[in-house]
Amino acid sequence: MTAIEFLQIDFPAMLAAGLAGVICGLLGNLLVLRRQSLMGDAIAHAVLPGIVISFLLTGALGATTVLLGATVSAIVAVVLIEGVRRFGVVEPGASMGVVFTLMFAIGIVLVSVFGADNVHLEPEHILFGQLENIVWLDASGWSDVLSVERLLTLPSEVLLLGGVLVMTVGFITVLSKELKVTSFDPSFASAAGLPVMVIHFALMIMVAIATISAFTSVGSILVIGLLVCPAATARLLTDRYQWQMRLSALFGLLASLGGYTLGSLVPLYLQLDFSLSASGMIAVFAGLMVVVAALVSLRRRNQVIYEFNPDQAGQ
Amino acid sequence: MVVSNQFARFPEHSIAGEHSPLSVTDLGVSYSKTPVLWKVDYVVPTEGLTAIIGPNGAGKSTFIKACLGLVPTITGQIEVFGKPLAEQRELLSYMPQRSTLDWDFPVSAIDVVIMGRYRKIGLFRPVRKRDRDAAMVALERVGMGAYADRPIGQLSGGQQQRVLLARALIQDAMLYFMDEPFAGVDAATELAIFDVLQSLEGEGKSVICVHHDLQTVAENFDNILLLNTRKVASGPVEKTLTFKNLQAAYGGRLRGLADIAVDGHLATA
Repeated sequence: MTAIEFLQIDFPAMLAAGLAGVICGLLGNLLVLRRQSLMGDAIAHAVLPGIVISFLLTGALGATTVLLGATVSAIVAVVLIEGVRRFGVVEPGASMGVVFTLMFAIGIVLVSVFGADNVHLEPEHILFGQLENIVWLDASGWSDVLSVERLLTLPSEVLLLGGVLVMTVGFITVLSKELKVTSFDPSFASAAGLPVMVIHFALMIMVAIATISAFTSVGSILVIGLLVCPAATARLLTDRYQWQMRLSALFGLLASLGGYTLGSLVPLYLQLDFSLSASGMIAVFAGLMVVVAALVSLRRRNQVIYEFNPDQAGQ
Repeated sequence: MVVSNQFARFPEHSIAGEHSPLSVTDLGVSYSKTPVLWKVDYVVPTEGLTAIIGPNGAGKSTFIKACLGLVPTITGQIEVFGKPLAEQRELLSYMPQRSTLDWDFPVSAIDVVIMGRYRKIGLFRPVRKRDRDAAMVALERVGMGAYADRPIGQLSGGQQQRVLLARALIQDAMLYFMDEPFAGVDAATELAIFDVLQSLEGEGKSVICVHHDLQTVAENFDNILLLNTRKVASGPVEKTLTFKNLQAAYGGRLRGLADIAVDGHLATA
């Protein structure tokens, strides 16, 4: 494999996966801490009718069409989930289950009714992403990585993810204390006059944008793994809010790069005549991180008991 | 009509600036088919600590949530110091029930206390050193200064309760709503919390507690509101915590009502 090949094929894919990992790691935190981990799952499914309808209206399936249709769909889903929870008097999980299956089903029916044969709405692409299809044919050498002008010729998926990362970081920085208090104690926040519902919807729209931008490249199943696993891993290793955020972003990045390396680069290096699905390996890697972190934290807990010395335990 | 009745007994402008901290008229709340609160009228006296008591499911927590605008009300008006709730939020402080919170949340004690300053800091603005300093003062006031950086999951129930109290204190309000501040705390914490409540009263602030421990009501509170979906009785503790009222609220469900009632000797006689 030459440097040019790496730059053209692996670099953009790793960049897309890495960006998706960091974005999902950061936002997934808030979902896990709010005990709404399944929201990513719900949104990832509920966007289908929006994508189909916007395709039917515009006749094209560009990145903008997908993003716009998907975002509108996601907003409808979030509002419906909140509505069903409130007026249906059911627990949030049930409400998500009702809404996202219904919307996903509507999407499937729309595809079959309007005969979207010429649409590239392959179910596999939505489920598993197209990481292998993200290529940077304009790349000519390592110097390209350092030139902003050249970087702008990266595939649109990567540029989109870059933009969404900037948005995500801005969002959680500006609303840092509001997101913290509404996650920990929404009643208190509401009594103090904070717009709890507005913040909730803003977060859900952010999750929707992140989910959509990530799953056009890495797939809707993988997105769920990236939203939940890095945050869960970090949760097992720290009790500090800032570190929870940092570690979760780091683990998101690690899962993406590690998974891609195991799936694509290692088989290539070993000159195997097959490669593993990169998106699949990213999800596997993310899941394994949770297992390892669980073992580490279990061991740490046991050590606390063995090494506890009541005579030295001061305050 | 109930409303005019209320205003007759508690004229809205008795003395300039002497509005009741909280005036509730015809409050009705329902989560499903049966009402949780029904036609509750209550005016909190300007002085003294107030306890809301009543059996499980009497609507005590719902009452304070309704007063804070946290649950939708079906009927009724709520006035805080003579004005609608929405205009008076900065005068209110809320201490939720400890058991309703997620104590596995990765924050330290001081982080939780600083949340009490968020309203003052304002939307989008960052936490500054003076906010941390204020939080530290509040933690020391409840005897938790040494635990500022401890993750909340590693604190005992009593310590967690003190952290919530510190957060309520830092809001610097005029009217404090506390939901079961004494639930499941140790004796030392109970004393520490009562101390803080008394000092708040001394500063001219009003405190309304949902309280379940009937044994300590007469000793520590001045006014009570006895609830069981409807208002059973309200007024100064020495006149209201009577055997008859307690029986009306709790029915035959509670033994030893006579020992708790201020006029218990009459009941046993």
